[in-house]
Amino acid sequence: MPLSHSYPHALSCPHSFSPHSQPLSHLPSPHPFPIPILSLVPPHVPIPSPPAISPLLSLLPYCAPPRSPVPILFHVPPIPCPRLHVRTPHPVPSPRPHPMSPSPCPHAVSPLHSRPQPVARGPAPSSKPRPHTPPSPKAPPRKCSLLTSAGAGGSGRRGGQVWAGGGGGWDGRERSSAIRTGAVRGCLRASPRFHRGERGGTMTDSKYFTTTKKGEIFELKAELNSDKKEKKKEAVKKVIASMTVGKDVSALFPDVVNCMQTDNLELKKLVYLYLMNYAKSQPDMAIMAVNTFVKDCEDPNPLIRALAVRTMGCIRVDKITEYLCEPLRKCLKDEDPYVRKTAAVCVAKLHDINAQLVEDQGFLDTLKDLISDSNPMVVANAVAALSEIAESHPSSNLLDLNPQSINKLLTALNECTEWGQIFILDCLANYMPKDDREAQSICERVTPRLSHANSAVVLSAVKVLMKFMEMLSKDLDYYGTLLKKLAPPLVTLLSAEPELQYVALRNINLIVQKRPEILKHEMKVFFVKYNDPIYVKLEKLDIMIRLASQANIAQVLAELKEYATEVDVDFVRKAVRAIGRCAIKVEQSAERCVSTLLDLIQTKVNYVVQEAIVVIKDIFRKYPNKYESVIATLCENLDSLDEPEARAAMIWIVGEYAERIDNADELLESFLEGFHDESTQVQLQLLTAIVKLFLKKPTETQELVQQVLSLATQDSDNPDLRDRGYIYWRLLSTDPVAAKEVVLAEKPLISEETDLIEPTLLDELICYIGTLASVYHKPPSAFVEGSRGVVHKSLPPRTGSSESAESPEAAPSAGQAAEQPAVIPAQGDLLGDLLNLDLGPPVSGPPLAASSVQMGAVDLLGGGLDSLMGDESEGLRSDVGGSPAMGGSGFAAPGPAAPAGMGAPLGSGLGDLFDLTGGVGTLSGSYVAPKTVWLPAMKAKGLEISGTFSRQVGSICMDLVLTNKALQVMSDFAIQFNRNSFGLAPAAPLQVHAPLAPNQSVEISLPLNTVGSVMKMDPLNNLQVAVKNNIDVFYFSTLYPLHILFVEDGKMERQMFLATWKDIPNENEAQFQIKDCSLNADAVSSKLQGSNIFTIAKRNVEGQDMLYQSLKLTNGIWVLAELRIQPSNPSFTLSLKCRAPEVSQYVYQAYDAILKN
Amino acid sequence: MIHSLFLINASGDIFLEKHWKSVVSRSVCDYFFEAQERASEAENVPPVISTPHHYLLSVYRHKIFFVAVIQTEVPPLFVIEFLHRVVDTFQDYFGICSEVMIKDNVVVVYEVLEEMLDNGFPLATESNILKELIKPPTILRTVVNTITGSTNVGDQLPTGQLSVVPWRRTGVKYTNNEAYFDVIEEIDAIIDKSGSTITAEIQGVIDACVKLTGMPDLTLSFMNPRLLDDVSFHPCVRFKRWESERILSFIPPDGNFRLLSYHVSAQNLVAIPVYVKHNINFRDSSSLGRFEITVGPKQTMGKTIEGVMVTSQMPKGVLNMSLTPSQGTHIFDPVTKLLTWDVGKINPQKLPSLKGSMNLQAGTSKPDENPTINLQFKIQQLAISGLKVNRLDMYGEKYKPFKGIKYMTKAGKFQVRT
Repeated sequence: MPLSHSYPHALSCPHSFSPHSQPLSHLPSPHPFPIPILSLVPPHVPIPSPPAISPLLSLLPYCAPPRSPVPILFHVPPIPCPRLHVRTPHPVPSPRPHPMSPSPCPHAVSPLHSRPQPVARGPAPSSKPRPHTPPSPKAPPRKCSLLTSAGAGGSGRRGGQVWAGGGGGWDGRERSSAIRTGAVRGCLRASPRFHRGERGGTMTDSKYFTTTKKGEIFELKAELNSDKKEKKKEAVKKVIASMTVGKDVSALFPDVVNCMQTDNLELKKLVYLYLMNYAKSQPDMAIMAVNTFVKDCEDPNPLIRALAVRTMGCIRVDKITEYLCEPLRKCLKDEDPYVRKTAAVCVAKLHDINAQLVEDQGFLDTLKDLISDSNPMVVANAVAALSEIAESHPSSNLLDLNPQSINKLLTALNECTEWGQIFILDCLANYMPKDDREAQSICERVTPRLSHANSAVVLSAVKVLMKFMEMLSKDLDYYGTLLKKLAPPLVTLLSAEPELQYVALRNINLIVQKRPEILKHEMKVFFVKYNDPIYVKLEKLDIMIRLASQANIAQVLAELKEYATEVDVDFVRKAVRAIGRCAIKVEQSAERCVSTLLDLIQTKVNYVVQEAIVVIKDIFRKYPNKYESVIATLCENLDSLDEPEARAAMIWIVGEYAERIDNADELLESFLEGFHDESTQVQLQLLTAIVKLFLKKPTETQELVQQVLSLATQDSDNPDLRDRGYIYWRLLSTDPVAAKEVVLAEKPLISEETDLIEPTLLDELICYIGTLASVYHKPPSAFVEGSRGVVHKSLPPRTGSSESAESPEAAPSAGQAAEQPAVIPAQGDLLGDLLNLDLGPPVSGPPLAASSVQMGAVDLLGGGLDSLMGDESEGLRSDVGGSPAMGGSGFAAPGPAAPAGMGAPLGSGLGDLFDLTGGVGTLSGSYVAPKTVWLPAMKAKGLEISGTFSRQVGSICMDLVLTNKALQVMSDFAIQFNRNSFGLAPAAPLQVHAPLAPNQSVEISLPLNTVGSVMKMDPLNNLQVAVKNNIDVFYFSTLYPLHILFVEDGKMERQMFLATWKDIPNENEAQFQIKDCSLNADAVSSKLQGSNIFTIAKRNVEGQDMLYQSLKLTNGIWVLAELRIQPSNPSFTLSLKCRAPEVSQYVYQAYDAILKN
Repeated sequence: MIHSLFLINASGDIFLEKHWKSVVSRSVCDYFFEAQERASEAENVPPVISTPHHYLLSVYRHKIFFVAVIQTEVPPLFVIEFLHRVVDTFQDYFGICSEVMIKDNVVVVYEVLEEMLDNGFPLATESNILKELIKPPTILRTVVNTITGSTNVGDQLPTGQLSVVPWRRTGVKYTNNEAYFDVIEEIDAIIDKSGSTITAEIQGVIDACVKLTGMPDLTLSFMNPRLLDDVSFHPCVRFKRWESERILSFIPPDGNFRLLSYHVSAQNLVAIPVYVKHNINFRDSSSLGRFEITVGPKQTMGKTIEGVMVTSQMPKGVLNMSLTPSQGTHIFDPVTKLLTWDVGKINPQKLPSLKGSMNLQAGTSKPDENPTINLQFKIQQLAISGLKVNRLDMYGEKYKPFKGIKYMTKAGKFQVRT
């Protein structure tokens, strides 16, 4: 969570602010900044000799901040030739060169440098040439080596020889890359690292390596042309051996091909090996070999036939492909299955070389026929070949599966090899079963694969099951059985080799997010063993946090604490962070997490302390005003923080809680001394923190704030810092009240789980379990090269949901939809889709693009409240306002968490209100509940408040009755709301014109708007109110009916409705019963319309009325509804679908209330 | 599918490359070297590395990196499983899988690799079939080949390749018909400071060595098959029969193979056979620390614990250790800070212990991390899960085979935190 969130949220401030503008009034007029880059580069940069390096290196951590807004990526050319070196782009975070950058390490001075200086990374700590700062003792050597490799690597091959000199006797001819990497490492430790087994035993092949003489090729040539068979074979072996280590022996091509005509199978195979490697480089010569292949394809020995057809396909020469067609056709129909299965793969090879030819020759059809072959191995290979061809041509409908071919595949699945099983399973995963029964029967036949010894088979089977499970009804017994069956194989994968574990863990990470119930009891298998490889440890940790719940949090915390004392720094850091994430995820554990973090801080291990402080900052954000007592402990460690992120976090804490820290000014001042050496994020944070401090304690800190403002604006050339400095300066000098609103605004809470994969992406990734996409957690379209319009896979929609089980129209629904054009003439098909989706067979295909965009925009609550606030906070919306009565008397908001937020935006704020509610046109007679007593007189020193909420013509009102049951006159009324889920706030001050005499009541209609600050409440529609009068302040809370938030333009386009309904995952669907309601459909419809619930379509199915309705909340959340009304039955069924399912329950309550009144 | 394979030794030398499709330049390995550079230890090199045009999937075995290059979307587990199969095959062929061995047999290696994949699709990965295609080199065969000019490449189609039982060749003949089964269980456990078990699970396997004539059909039944709820079978096992009757019914491959592996989870309450008592004390501001560990038997069903070996990675601050073991030998390497104590057998009457002092770096504070003790041990004739084979029957052949079963419990990743 970036700290920069901390300032720009505007809120009105009730306190009158005494302006301290006098010292700040002389704001330097913003003038165009001279860009000091060139002028500041010192004319002469001494090239340091090696002993001078270390002080320079020690600066590097400061030169390379982790994030910067402008990364420049090197353009990476494709690999044009084997010798050229391509490396991953190194982001260079700052465009400006460090003034003393040219020589941070000895390699950079190499004249062989061919690429931008790697040291240009990072904004310079200072723009001025400065004497070298003394070496910081904590410069991690890792950074240094990273730079070294980047620097020397660029000049790698050409510079290689230079460095290689230090390495001693290596033969430079054949290992360009080895030398390169050697060069890189040679810089660090020059040691001869290439020793070659020169032990030429007579019995072994290593003798083939010993010839390194110059005339080697000639000698081999002579031997290859020898008459003696044995000698020939030895010579070919020598050639092959040279090939294996990457020597170029292509010059021997004609001589080797000459050896091809032989009865000796080993010699033949060896020659073939050679051919496959070099045919491409010698296409003309390769034609010489064709005759032999054609002849071999007729050989009585199936092994030879297969060998010939196999090798032929590997000779990737366009010219000879046409010669291959006839032999291949013959082999595809060969009587021997071994030949057939080899030929099947050959089609894929040929397709790779010349796709058009393969299509023209009709090989694809032959290949499809092979799926029905009697031999399972042939089937498996045909599937594999087709899959590979289909991957490069996603549009071609090659694997057009139907129930018959699926049956064939399932039969072959039981009998073919493990690899064949993988191909078949992956192919099955692309199939869309027509109903849940078929899905179940496929699942039943796939489950035995979960017990296979080959982990790839297991994972492919898991993929099929996870995908088809989507179609099974959750109430089905089989569904539960399947869930139970999935856990053990996943656990077993974790006892395999670490590489397998890694891939398995990445996939489990997805599975756990999709279906947490599968592994919820298996937490322990994810506990980290101390000798696990680091990549396994980090993944396990991730999953542990995902599985953490109230039930197991104690165990998890104990483990995490244990990990925090391990040796590996990366792991320890992540473990500490994990503790913080647990605190944020499992609220009940927050306290324990904080105390664990405090224990860890007590260890004083530097990086542990720093990580702990970073996460505690997040905990403060999540649970404001709860754990601030630990600040003192944190402050003790101020001096040991040397990492920018930790420093920034600490400074944020100090600034945020400046009023509780007595010596906040001293602390911040101490940071200010080295201001220019700090990284940007620390500088920005320091600036904000000091401004906050100033706003909270204006009297003592004027000097400090002036100092930081001038440091930021005058002495810095970082535009971000400079501009923020100017903004603050301007704010403070012109309008300190506004400054306070801006800088000390309420911050949004941070979301619970920060790194969940977005649900639609998760669904897509579930379809890719076991593939690279699942390892990278990105859809293949995002990274697979040459993916020509990869087809997006999507999970099949659930069919047999509980309602459809008893609903009679489940099966023929598609037909019915078509039969009812009268109801929704234009939308017949789409409605059919919708109904299919819910009740009948699945509909494949990606969701409409438009709808996903639309829903993305309104997915506010679902994505955490942050994004909501992000939208709200544009501009400084709220006006200064509020009644004078409130301002003066220091009216306190209910609860310590809301010191601000009682402004009454009148001007622009009201404009916003109308914007939000939009198109006021329908005069809505929204349902208004009778007034209830909110605040009994007993509790409020004689003031009784009763009220209700209403919505009229787009504006929300709180209708209040204030009754004075006391004996004295009441006056000076004011009202304020605490932050709430939908940002409800009074739009005007509470106007009570005359003092309220005893036993008098007054009715007031208080207009409300929804631009107040937002905090998720429990229950969602809870509103905490504070009312003040001349006697005291009183607090009460009330629940507002959600329908006051239903806006007038909540009618969705039909098409949009259908697409959206489909797009919202089924988990978000909620069902309710509205009992004892005797209205008919039309009455219901018009009644609901009055409260802005719009009926989009209505249809009648076997006497039942189905109403499709939509509504929109003030914050843009759409709720879609299906209301089912049976004439004879007084109980309606309401199905609600919403991106933010938490609102469904309240929408239902609103429905219930509206319909029953 | 799998494009190319590079074998790289620990010092970053590519000593073998094999391409199944077009040739991929070995410069692609530079990305791998970079990752290797970043990782502190060879074990920590990430198994999946992406480069602009390829993906590198690697496994690290026997101090060799097997790096496969792929270009399209291929299931990574498929590739990694295949690489493991390559390693197993090399081991099967040459006894050990080492750089020297591979270089010595480079042509056979090349031929074998060519048989294993075709255009990146696995072709023959069963060692039985491979051995029929390419005969493993033996000294005798090499000598015979040199004299007679015959080759070690089979010229007949391997028999098992396409039959319903691809794992078994036909026409097998033995004079002594024997079938041996080893039930081997490894305990993975994490024990915390106070001696209580944090996690414990059993990874079990049944390895078999079956040398039977003809086409025998075997059934193996257990006394307590309910223990086996999480199993992975060799393809020869008939799954249906297992599902319905909990009996292993199979036509075995010829020779050595792993019949099944199973996993007994923590829920089934694993008995821990040993305990470690430890007292490792780093004193602040003193340059001496105390070290004392004792190993003792817990639940061993009366069997002896042998082959006990204790290793522990001591913190950096420990300069040297002067220890006296009550039995066995111990070594402390002051450079790697690794303490190894080869205990041997545990005599329950006289528990082995290792006591003494540690020299700590003066002036530094107490180390933050506590050493974890790694334990290895063996218990013969005991399957700690309680699994017992009931009987083995053979159908389909007339002779009477010799049958044997052996149990063993070993420590897997057995760690004691201090």
